[in-house]
Amino acid sequence: MAERMGFFTDTSICIGCKACEVACKEWNQLPDDGFVFEATSYDNTGALGASTWRHVAFIEQQPVWTADGTTGDGDGDGGEKPFQIGPDGRWLMSSDVCKHCTNAGCLDVCPTGALFRTEFGTVVVQSDICNGCGYCVPACPFGVIARREDDGRAWKCTMCYDRLRGGLEPACAKACPTDSIQFGPLDELRERAAARVAELHALGRTEARLYGESPDDGVGGMGAFFLLLDEPEVYGLPPDPVVPTRNLPAMWRWAGAAALTMAGAVALSFLGSSDRLLGRGGPR
Amino acid sequence: MTSSTREREPRLDDAEFRSYYGRPVIKRPIWHVPHMPAYLYLGGLSGASSLMAVLARATGRPRLARTTRIAAAAGAAGGTVLLIAELGRPTRFLNMLRMFKPSSPMSVGSWILAAQGGLSAAAAASAVTGILPAAGDAAALATAVTGPLTATYTAVLVADTAVPAWHAGYRELPFLFAGSALASAGAVAMLTTPRADAGPARAVAALGAAAETAAATMLERRLGLVGEPYREGRAGRLLSAARALSAGGGLLALLAGRSRAATVASGLALTAGALCTRFGILEAGRASAADPKYTVVPQRERLDASAVR
Ligand code: SF4
Ligand code: SF4
Repeated sequence: MAERMGFFTDTSICIGCKACEVACKEWNQLPDDGFVFEATSYDNTGALGASTWRHVAFIEQQPVWTADGTTGDGDGDGGEKPFQIGPDGRWLMSSDVCKHCTNAGCLDVCPTGALFRTEFGTVVVQSDICNGCGYCVPACPFGVIARREDDGRAWKCTMCYDRLRGGLEPACAKACPTDSIQFGPLDELRERAAARVAELHALGRTEARLYGESPDDGVGGMGAFFLLLDEPEVYGLPPDPVVPTRNLPAMWRWAGAAALTMAGAVALSFLGSSDRLLGRGGPR
Repeated sequence: MTSSTREREPRLDDAEFRSYYGRPVIKRPIWHVPHMPAYLYLGGLSGASSLMAVLARATGRPRLARTTRIAAAAGAAGGTVLLIAELGRPTRFLNMLRMFKPSSPMSVGSWILAAQGGLSAAAAASAVTGILPAAGDAAALATAVTGPLTATYTAVLVADTAVPAWHAGYRELPFLFAGSALASAGAVAMLTTPRADAGPARAVAALGAAAETAAATMLERRLGLVGEPYREGRAGRLLSAARALSAGGGLLALLAGRSRAATVASGLALTAGALCTRFGILEAGRASAADPKYTVVPQRERLDASAVR
């Protein structure tokens, strides 16, 4: 296997231009996913989906002045954190993508083997094998993969598998004008990300934090991880995602116990039925 | 609360949490109504009927053995049809058997269902035609293993997802499905078997209804916040209807005595109850995926708890 490749998305320098969304659509020839006016922000894409493999989230935060003349940090607990919303408010922008999880729920549960792990450590659907069972869809803790209903199959970001094989970087990273989306060997990206957080903290931006970089998290680390300026759920990300299959052995044990109980209940019903004890008929 | 930001919609009575414009974090299960819940019902019916068929044969109740073998085969066959219809690419259904993948409950389940379908069909065919009775008996005996697995693997199938209400219910769901399966099979056997042979079917139905009702109650009570979708909205209404129908039908099964009318009423109530259970489970899963609260709040609590430590 070649080196594990990944994305590091540094949202502190995202300008919300959506060049990544467009480049992804274009390179991967993704169909139109509807002309929607969300009317909540500059984000009219809404969410990742079968035909949306990059999604730029847009969050507008306005300070609310409190009685003592300070601004709120938005977490509602009254304690002020240095979130630097500032008197003019702030905009958070973040380009979301499939996390290419180390322990990927979608891949674990796929019954056909359509989802597989590539030589780059990424997770890709083979569209010639997927039978559209849909199991991967609720198995992803991030709500990434989805089924294209007119086509019947599941689709998601491939980290531009075709481009990687050709020695190119993914279309989104190539198009990103600020290098908010960085592509490279995952180990290298992790080092770069740690340095960037240290840099921001030194500048007093202590709200900067990494999301998904740790191999100890519930999905074993994400192949695409992020530098965020607020809590993950503000960006629509789960704060502590866990791959569903982590509890699978326990699930089978409970199901096994239920199956045995079932057999016991039926045996009891037959052996306990009085007409049998009274000897009517008898085994043939 | 002294401060807030505009991105967050205030929600009365809800646990305090933040989200991206109230959008769901995870995708909702795309399984359809009626396919998916009907499949759960038929799989349960088939699995429990198989167990009954084996014991009916062993205890010398040929008529009960025959009807339960037919129910087992019909349930598995009908379930398979629904499963295939549910696929986005039905012509590729054989890809399900492309590999055996222990990490995928759907892969394991496909093999279980394939075995259950084949064996129960052979057992029923032999019972109906009288051809190869020894082979039919052997096939039926094997369904004593595949049957209960067919009825309970579906609980693992739904629990092994990121859907909060399903995932958190992985202990209760197998017992709920097992109870529901027994009630379903007992009900069909009561309805299709002459009374003299149907005593054990009534017992199975009553025991199943009791287990179904008890497990559903546990599911609603034990899960805290993520158990809410089982109590509220459409799912809540379906599951309370299920409980009334199952409990009533189960009691009636015991009291029906010689009354044909009471037996029919009991069988129908149990069947309706089992169906309401299955539809309610799907609805609860959908509701728990649609509201980011069920994803975010437990995860946030987990993080905060580990930060304190
Ligand atoms: S983010 Fe979701 S779709 Fe992407 S690899 Fe992880 S589980 Fe699969
Ligand atoms: S929909 Fe396709 S990719 Fe997803 S689990 Fe099913 S077969 Fe695998």
